[in-house]
Amino acid sequence: MVRLITHNLLACHAKGCTSNNFPLQFKDIQVELREAEFNSDFLRGFLPRIEWAALVDASRQLGDTSLPAEQPEMLDDDFLQKLHHVLLEIHVEEGAMICPNCHHVYPISNGIPNMLLAEHEIG
Amino acid sequence: MIPTPDLSHLAREDYQHVYEPAEDTFILLDALEQDAEELQKMKPSICLEIGPGSGCVSSFVGSIVGASASLYLSCDINSRACHCTKRTGDQNKIPLEPINSSLAGPLALRLRRAVDVLLFNPPYVPTHANEAGDAQCGADIAGSWAGGADGMQVTNVLLEQVDELLSPVGRFYLVAVKQNDVPGICQRMTREYGFRCEVTLQRRAGGEHLFVIRISR
Repeated sequence: MVRLITHNLLACHAKGCTSNNFPLQFKDIQVELREAEFNSDFLRGFLPRIEWAALVDASRQLGDTSLPAEQPEMLDDDFLQKLHHVLLEIHVEEGAMICPNCHHVYPISNGIPNMLLAEHEIG
Repeated sequence: MIPTPDLSHLAREDYQHVYEPAEDTFILLDALEQDAEELQKMKPSICLEIGPGSGCVSSFVGSIVGASASLYLSCDINSRACHCTKRTGDQNKIPLEPINSSLAGPLALRLRRAVDVLLFNPPYVPTHANEAGDAQCGADIAGSWAGGADGMQVTNVLLEQVDELLSPVGRFYLVAVKQNDVPGICQRMTREYGFRCEVTLQRRAGGEHLFVIRISR
């Protein structure tokens, strides 16, 4: 399951692709929503590891506009609920992720991203 | 007592292509259970397992730390192992996130010094060097055990990345056998990176002398 929390951590790693290789762009995707257990401590702890602009951009690509463009300073419950939904409850099941730099295509099938490279693409 | 993950959804057919949990898996579970309280206290945000196979170990860590308390990433070069890992997560109600990749490749940029719990039960069986390389390319069950010279061919690649992956409070659990030269691994990680290395568990099982090494900053 490629949730946005995972998407926020994946970058293109093809040989020689070292700049503008994150975030990967979604293409032709199918999404499923599944409830997850809310854990505010986890969200607060994870927030410093998130690339905010990439998360907002990805969530908008998936049709969710609930997150503000700027990361708020006050982490109230309403915000954490929205963050929880975007990070953990939207599952990309099918489609692909494309590198904005080298246009390498990483397919997603049955919720599993195929990040393997061919031998000549390994850095 | 933390229950061993339920693997009843996996069948003989799965184990033709994906490593079936055995003594080396169980010693890692035991080492993690031994550290359960510390693992809960450290509140890891990111757990990453390399080569989860069936998903048994990640699922077990999830039951220790809590299903919603951490992100459980697992990278396997074998796509069938990724599917088994996902199913094992579903079966045990732990949201495991399998990624079909060689080691941590696509995560390396973003997980720089961010992994709190790193786990690797590597292909540690000494074989011809070619056999290990071919097994990784084949991305099937042989890749789960064929380790090349000294059984260290794949482990050596990860050992060079641990310093980049491990968070300041992170810990890395590595399974090894005697032929891998456990004192040598520890000396190298201490000398080159200043890591603390401890053998937290060892036992003889089925002709193998198994070790769990815990490596931390």
